[in-house]
Amino acid sequence: MAFKQVTSPHAHGAQNTAKVMQLVLWATIPGLIALTWHFGWGSLINVILACITAVASEALILEMRNRPIGFYLGDYSAIVTAVLLGLALPPLCPWWVVVVGTLFSVVLAKQIFGGLGYNPFNPAMVGYVVLLISFPIEMTTWVVPLALLPEGVAHPGFVESLKLVFFSAAPMDGVTGATPLDSFKHAAGLTVDQIYQTDSLFSQALFAGVGWEWVNLGFLAGGIVLLASRVFTWHGPVAMLAAMALMSLIFWDSGSSQSPGSPLMHLFSGASMMGAFFILTDPVSSAVSNRGRLIYGALIGVLTYIIRAWGNYPDAVAFAVLLANFTAPFIDNYTLPRTYGHTDRRKATERLDD
Amino acid sequence: MRQTWVTPGGVHPPENKIQSLTQPIGSLPIPEKLVVPLGQHIGAPSIACVKQGDIVLKGQKIADPAGTVSAAIHAPTSGTITAIESRPIAHSSGMEALCVEITSDGNDQWIEKSGISDFEHTSSSALLSIITEAGIAGMGGAGFPTSVKLNPGFQRPIDTLIINATECEPYITADDSLIRERAEEIVEGIRILSHILGNPHNILIGIEDNKPEAIAAFEPHTQDTGINVVSFPTKYPSGGEKQLIYILTGKELPSGKIPADIGMVCVNIGTTYAIKRAVVDGEPLISRVTTMTGEACEINRNYDVLIGTPVAHLLEHNNFDAQRCSRVIMGGPMMGFSLTSKQIPIVKTTNCILAPSVEEIPHNEPAQPCIRCGMCAEACPASLLPQQLLWYSQAKDHDRLQSHNLFDCIECGACSYVCPSNIPLVQHYRSSKSDIKKAQEEKIKSDQARERFEFRKQRIELAEKEREAKRAARREAAKQAKASTGTDSMADIVAAAQARTAAKKTSPEQELAKLERAVSSAEMRVQKAQDKLDAATADSETDEKINILSAALSGAQQKLEKARTRLAEHSK
Repeated sequence: MAFKQVTSPHAHGAQNTAKVMQLVLWATIPGLIALTWHFGWGSLINVILACITAVASEALILEMRNRPIGFYLGDYSAIVTAVLLGLALPPLCPWWVVVVGTLFSVVLAKQIFGGLGYNPFNPAMVGYVVLLISFPIEMTTWVVPLALLPEGVAHPGFVESLKLVFFSAAPMDGVTGATPLDSFKHAAGLTVDQIYQTDSLFSQALFAGVGWEWVNLGFLAGGIVLLASRVFTWHGPVAMLAAMALMSLIFWDSGSSQSPGSPLMHLFSGASMMGAFFILTDPVSSAVSNRGRLIYGALIGVLTYIIRAWGNYPDAVAFAVLLANFTAPFIDNYTLPRTYGHTDRRKATERLDD
Repeated sequence: MRQTWVTPGGVHPPENKIQSLTQPIGSLPIPEKLVVPLGQHIGAPSIACVKQGDIVLKGQKIADPAGTVSAAIHAPTSGTITAIESRPIAHSSGMEALCVEITSDGNDQWIEKSGISDFEHTSSSALLSIITEAGIAGMGGAGFPTSVKLNPGFQRPIDTLIINATECEPYITADDSLIRERAEEIVEGIRILSHILGNPHNILIGIEDNKPEAIAAFEPHTQDTGINVVSFPTKYPSGGEKQLIYILTGKELPSGKIPADIGMVCVNIGTTYAIKRAVVDGEPLISRVTTMTGEACEINRNYDVLIGTPVAHLLEHNNFDAQRCSRVIMGGPMMGFSLTSKQIPIVKTTNCILAPSVEEIPHNEPAQPCIRCGMCAEACPASLLPQQLLWYSQAKDHDRLQSHNLFDCIECGACSYVCPSNIPLVQHYRSSKSDIKKAQEEKIKSDQARERFEFRKQRIELAEKEREAKRAARREAAKQAKASTGTDSMADIVAAAQARTAAKKTSPEQELAKLERAVSSAEMRVQKAQDKLDAATADSETDEKINILSAALSGAQQKLEKARTRLAEHSK
């Protein structure tokens, strides 16, 4: 009788890709709740629309590539991409914005390169940037947070929101406005203190920006859960946040009219926390070693700050992440860990034979 | 408490050791036929010194070591040699190799044993030769001949002797139960080792803290002996030699070096016990403690198993249920290899036979793409980047694999264990390692061939030039002769003839070169003849053929001698 021949190790841990992805999905829930609470149903609709588009388009491409559809959809990676993109898009943006962005994420950024594991760029951020430069008006129209809505006005209900997403041609009046980063950027000539007194986005906030501080806290909470579950290591997120805090401290300029804002504002505004814990931690497109991830994260922090402070866009996590994606293979070459029994770290580019 | 150091990475798979520890070490009835492979150790396979039909006693030598790095092999029981032929052996590739089959006579009759009662007054070299004769090779898994390991030479003084009682693989309890029951003998083995190595300053027994009974069993025997029992937190793979050295001493074994290079020797518990039996009791290595475990067997326990016992014999005596079994593994679930046949015998390195049920170790899931999550890098005890190694392995990028230190991978399997995509990482690394080794060998071969070709080309060119020079000289001589034919005196004719001979005669330099060539080609012929003769002896060709070849060799040697004498005369 012949036995089955299998290679070692025979034992396997309980972890699998689908479980990791599911955990990431669960961890986005605090952020999604904060978004929905402060900005209405729009984010949830974005997420659902993006998920449907992602699953359908991924299935279609898998079919065209003659790959088993169930096996690859079962890794939940398309859903993670869709959820992250959905969360990043402005609530109540037109449905076609979400669909176009998701198609770019799943088809162009991921499947064309060979599917999961082979994308050199973060798929959600590719989709986001394509939308940002193609549809600037739709992409920069944000809903006013709940606390700042005029007396007697509320966010539209779920059904009303669906109607707006599918049938409204123009962005809604009355309930749309600037984000804190946007508002701060365009408050030229005012000192930081003046902005904080006059702009209700700041004056009514706890410490960073109305609504946005909670959204960032939500993503921070989800990120800490993922960190504790060892889905990723601390190196990338901490390096990004530390670099961003350091940059804003260096250029704080004691709150003058030239100051690009305080560390607290930068850490808890825009996509800072979501970027740190959900975007740059995408392992496929990031640097691989812990040291590499420190550099990679810090680079994203610095780039985000530079674009926010002196660039044309109020927020810049997406651009920063894509730029850092370019550098990841280069960083990898020079950040090998020191192997047991070796006195020095080696470079990946070493040639041995000559 | 002695200080211990913490290695990076590592994993904590379920230990599953309790199942096989409920009963003491048992013994099995002697199987009808034992199959003893001739290659059970690292190094050259042993050479059988018995013939089919010979009658042997238990403990009688049946194979001699083939060179220094090899080990003797002994009959595990008394009986008749019924076959010496290729059989499937314990190897991950499922290959066959030469084995001696002994049909037991049921008497289990020992040869005369002669132990040494006072090893302290016996020289190291005498003890080493006992260990060599007893056929002891590392029983922890690698099977490196122990007498070689214990003889590092005076230029490598040993100050630390490490006894590896870690047993970090799940399921295996062979060392644990051996310590629980025979700690005194093991300690005596340690004292023998210490004596052989010139009483090293530190003697450390490294043991994981999941074996409190074994630690307690050592205590009465190690008190006031200078032997330190060092326990440390359980983590796989702490029992790897490199890892254990770091845990116990805080020193890393430099890449490509052996422990003796940094003054250390690392010996496994089973080996230590076997050394005591060999030296004190005069028993060669013919049995070992092996764990029989896994849910597909009704009984889980340790056995003192005769080397050569077919796995089938062990399985049958433990009510093996083939239907429930997912695979039969020799070794543990992390580094063991699956057996292709039940007839494969237990060898000196077999510490465990694991027959897990399908629920226990399910069939492998299909691999998904690598998402470079880095869990493997967090688990790697050698601080490698397994995800990068996989990438370059698939791309067959040998340079990158080597700059990422592929050869420092100990194949512990921690990376594959944690991989959420179920990628058989270790298998990729094994395959790449052998690809690289093969490519290196081929490179050496092709370099040699190129050198040979270039040398030949040079030689031909040189010879052509010489010939051309001679032709030119002749032409010149003929021209002169023609010019002088007008005044044909006798003296002129003689002079012309002399000039011709002078032209024909090569210059002294040319003569020297010619003789040197003759010597070197004679040397080459001697070398060729020698090679042929060696190959024939190794293939055990007929005496007649060997005689012819050795005659050819001595002929070639004589010619070489002649050529050398001529050269010597010329250069005087």
